[in-house]
Amino acid sequence: MEPIMAIVAGCLYAAAIYMMLRRSIVKLVIGLMLLSNAANLLIFTSAGMTRGAPPLIPVGAMQPEGIIADPLPQALILTAIVIAFGVLAFAVVLIHRAYNIIHTDNLDQMKDTDT
Amino acid sequence: MMKPGTLILHVAARFLVPLQLLFSVFLLLRGHNEPGGGFIAGLVASGAFALYLFTFGAVMTRDLMRIDPRNLIGIGLFLAMISVFPAWFQDQAFLTSQWWPVMLPGGTEIKLSTPLIFDIGVYFTVFGSVMLMLVALTETEER
Amino acid sequence: MQLSVLVIYLLAALTPWLYSKHKARTPNLLALLPAALTLWFASHIPLIASGEILVHEYAWIPGLDISLTMVLDGLSLMFALLICGIGTFIVLYAGSYLKGHQDLPRFLVVLLSFMASMLGLVLADNLITLFVFWELTSITSYMLIGFNHQNAEARKAALQGLIVTVGGGLALLAGLIMLAGAGGSYSLQEIFNSTEVLSEHPLYVGMMVCLLLGAFTKSAQFPFHFWLPNAMAAPTPVSAYLHSATMVKAGVYLMARLYPELGGTDLWINTLTSFGALTMLTGAFMAIRSTDLKKLLAYSTVMALGTLTLLLGLSTELAMLAFAAYLLAHSLYKGALFMLAGIVDHETGTRDVTQLGGLRKLMPVTALCTLIAAFSLAGLPPMFGFVAKELLLESLLEGPVGLLIVLMVITSAILVVAVAAVIALRPFFGRFIPQARTVHEAPKLMLAGPVVLTTLSLLAGLLPGYAGHYITLPASMAVAGQPVDGYLSLWHGFNLPLLLSVISLATGYFLYRYWDTLRDTLRLFNPLIERGPEAGYFRFMQGIVLISEWQTRVLQNGSMRNYLRTILLTFIGITGYTLFWRYEVHWNWDLSLYLHEVVVALILVSAAAAASITRSRLGAVASMGAVGFSVALIFILFSAPDLGITQILVETLTVILLVLVLFRLPGFSSTSTPAERGRDAFVALLTGALMTLLIMITIDVQLFPSISDYMIENSQPLAYGRNIVNVILVDYRALDTLGEIFVLALAALGVYAMIKFRPDTQPGANHYAGTLILPPKQVPEKDIVHSLDERQQMKAQQQKAQAQMDSQTKETH
Repeated sequence: MEPIMAIVAGCLYAAAIYMMLRRSIVKLVIGLMLLSNAANLLIFTSAGMTRGAPPLIPVGAMQPEGIIADPLPQALILTAIVIAFGVLAFAVVLIHRAYNIIHTDNLDQMKDTDT
Repeated sequence: MMKPGTLILHVAARFLVPLQLLFSVFLLLRGHNEPGGGFIAGLVASGAFALYLFTFGAVMTRDLMRIDPRNLIGIGLFLAMISVFPAWFQDQAFLTSQWWPVMLPGGTEIKLSTPLIFDIGVYFTVFGSVMLMLVALTETEER
Repeated sequence: MQLSVLVIYLLAALTPWLYSKHKARTPNLLALLPAALTLWFASHIPLIASGEILVHEYAWIPGLDISLTMVLDGLSLMFALLICGIGTFIVLYAGSYLKGHQDLPRFLVVLLSFMASMLGLVLADNLITLFVFWELTSITSYMLIGFNHQNAEARKAALQGLIVTVGGGLALLAGLIMLAGAGGSYSLQEIFNSTEVLSEHPLYVGMMVCLLLGAFTKSAQFPFHFWLPNAMAAPTPVSAYLHSATMVKAGVYLMARLYPELGGTDLWINTLTSFGALTMLTGAFMAIRSTDLKKLLAYSTVMALGTLTLLLGLSTELAMLAFAAYLLAHSLYKGALFMLAGIVDHETGTRDVTQLGGLRKLMPVTALCTLIAAFSLAGLPPMFGFVAKELLLESLLEGPVGLLIVLMVITSAILVVAVAAVIALRPFFGRFIPQARTVHEAPKLMLAGPVVLTTLSLLAGLLPGYAGHYITLPASMAVAGQPVDGYLSLWHGFNLPLLLSVISLATGYFLYRYWDTLRDTLRLFNPLIERGPEAGYFRFMQGIVLISEWQTRVLQNGSMRNYLRTILLTFIGITGYTLFWRYEVHWNWDLSLYLHEVVVALILVSAAAAASITRSRLGAVASMGAVGFSVALIFILFSAPDLGITQILVETLTVILLVLVLFRLPGFSSTSTPAERGRDAFVALLTGALMTLLIMITIDVQLFPSISDYMIENSQPLAYGRNIVNVILVDYRALDTLGEIFVLALAALGVYAMIKFRPDTQPGANHYAGTLILPPKQVPEKDIVHSLDERQQMKAQQQKAQAQMDSQTKETH
């Protein structure tokens, strides 16, 4: 399954970057969301994928039975998902605020306000 | 902000909020052993209030919560930080987990521990953060 | 020894306070410290002369092999004595020279800091420490050259000196690191004691080039000599101290220090002798063209530095003896001459020798001292300069050099005699030229330095045996790295060097007689000199400015999309190169598939594609939902229940968020041309393909044993948790989690702040409240369109306002 997922993650990256290269800030937001999903999949896939063996230890046992999925990338992704939400909220509100002040949704015109 | 035609939602929200809150506490406490934990539980709890928020608006949600989301964040971070110190007093590295098993009458054993306090801290922080954003956003809508 | 350096720094720090208490007497008080240190160092002379070496160890950063260990051997001792001894008189001299100057305390602070740094430089045993002190001397030199910071020329000269020496310093650092790598230690002593033959090391040429670049820039060797004469913009005490007696000798010191390790090879001999000889000739030639007293001295310093380099290059025992003697002689007479030139300048107000004459009656002591010091410069017996010069000629004739270099050296020797004559005779003898102000003898404190230094010059010349035994012989032994047999004497018998001396003296005096005519003739060379290394320096600086302007224009153009494209293309280039040329992709994965998994993957890809193609915001949000839930499904299918739950919950909240905010933004506008789209799609696809390959290789390559195994094994026994993911979050890696919840809290507070604290809420901006679950109302026409012509109007108005403001400011000017 890994090769398939690698390709899927690659597609997500491509879509994310394409959207981030557009001028519209709304598209930038979509790109950001796609990017965080792509990154999560990247971590998830590159650690190897295991079917039906969640990283849990049965009641009463000291060690899990047989091979289980790698828990470390899962822990990383779990926080990443929540943080990505926080960052997305921040970005969306920031963009909204910028739009209200500058009255443009075009990134190329936003840069003129720097100076 | 009662709007006509959303009766089902009104009723559902009122019943779902306590249920979801209870579920979130359940997820929080079992998190160390089964799927769940502070992050998930915090998100479930915010989901409960998000539903209420959509139904009754920001003012009523604030009333229902009784506690400002900003304070929730504070409590959460405070609890998480608190869990740092017991190890320090034991002359161990920061955040080394400490366990205090307590026997309840009736033979059940409850394991109090710093990871549990930490997880509760995570729960409140996530809950508070999400609610802070959503309530603030909704309030601007209503104004 | 560490203390000696530290104490000077401390004193430097205390100077402003002392000055507020004692005003004009401060320099006299400050001079006590270097005087005491001179005595302290002098008390070690017998010990060092008997062949001992004094080592004071002190660890600084042991983990990086950096120490503050200091070593006192013959070479360091000679330098330390010069630094402290001349330093004492310089401080006294500066007190009178800059009397009443409002910035005198600042001057003294920097001067003392320089003294400490220079002392640290010659005592340091560790290469890194040496480099730190080296750079400190460059920086203090910069501040001292630019002391008159209101003068644009001084600032320019200071910057030039800084850029040349610090640029060389960079090369030096690289060289020192290579040296430490090859020698196996950062300690000079350990490198010296190691059995490693550095001259056969593969890095030998590289480190030699880097180290010599550092030394040549610092010691003003051709073609970097131009900064030194310009540095004469500094007050005279600085010129006397830094730019003749001490700092510029740091490069020579470094070469001497490294001679036992690096010297003696053909490369060393050829490089040093040819650059040394070239520098000598350049210095002497430029000196004879000058009429400014300080410029004359500066160029003759360049010449002396060339001589020292040449002597080190000769690599014979005799040359080492000559090196130490010449260094001592030069410091003594050149320090004195600079101070005397400063006195003349101070009293008459001019440094132009053609405007001076017949001052000997008005300033008898100054005239006498100048005469004696200039004798030493010209190499007349019985001065110490004569002893040194005889040794120089002797070792040159014996040394492994060609006739050309010998001729160059003799030519510059002749020229320098003429220069000495100009300095000594022109201002003081002949017809008196009236000056703008009444000229009288300088104050005693200013004369103290020159008098003592010239006396020492004379004494050392009369008693060369003592100077040789106690000072220069230990120094040359330290340079040669082995016992040197030698004896300094005034009289070497009738031999070739003596004959050459006589010839050069006679020719030099002859040139002096016709100096004015000579200068006119030499004007012919002006076009050549204008195209010299200094012009190269200016072109180089202009080039840097041009390049920086160009790259700012190209790279920092303010468009985020361009930045992103640049970053991505760089990433594709570098990572892609590494992937394809360093790794091989093995195609050996588990390809077992289930239909439902493939279906989820297909949904995911098509949802992503739909999100990027769709023209409606609602469509995009819906597609994003599909993407999120598919990812959640994948998490659940592949044994990550926690992730699945989290993803679903976050996805729900994200939709709420987007509904709350996104639909208050304008709809998708399509502004790109097909060509732009194609280009972006190309970049995006390339990145995607690269990421796919990267993942495949990551799966394939396992460089380290996984840390997860430990976490899995100990999850229940140690952490009492059966959900390993949660145990990692709240126990193993709790600190990470702590950081992450802080980030989340900050993001939330940021959102809150942006929403709540707004200066002006537009009336009517929120009139579509309550549309949360329903499809959004259309954004008012004017907001979406806000169209091109409208923007152009706004822009035109802005420009108009700007133009008006500009014209107003012009008028006010």
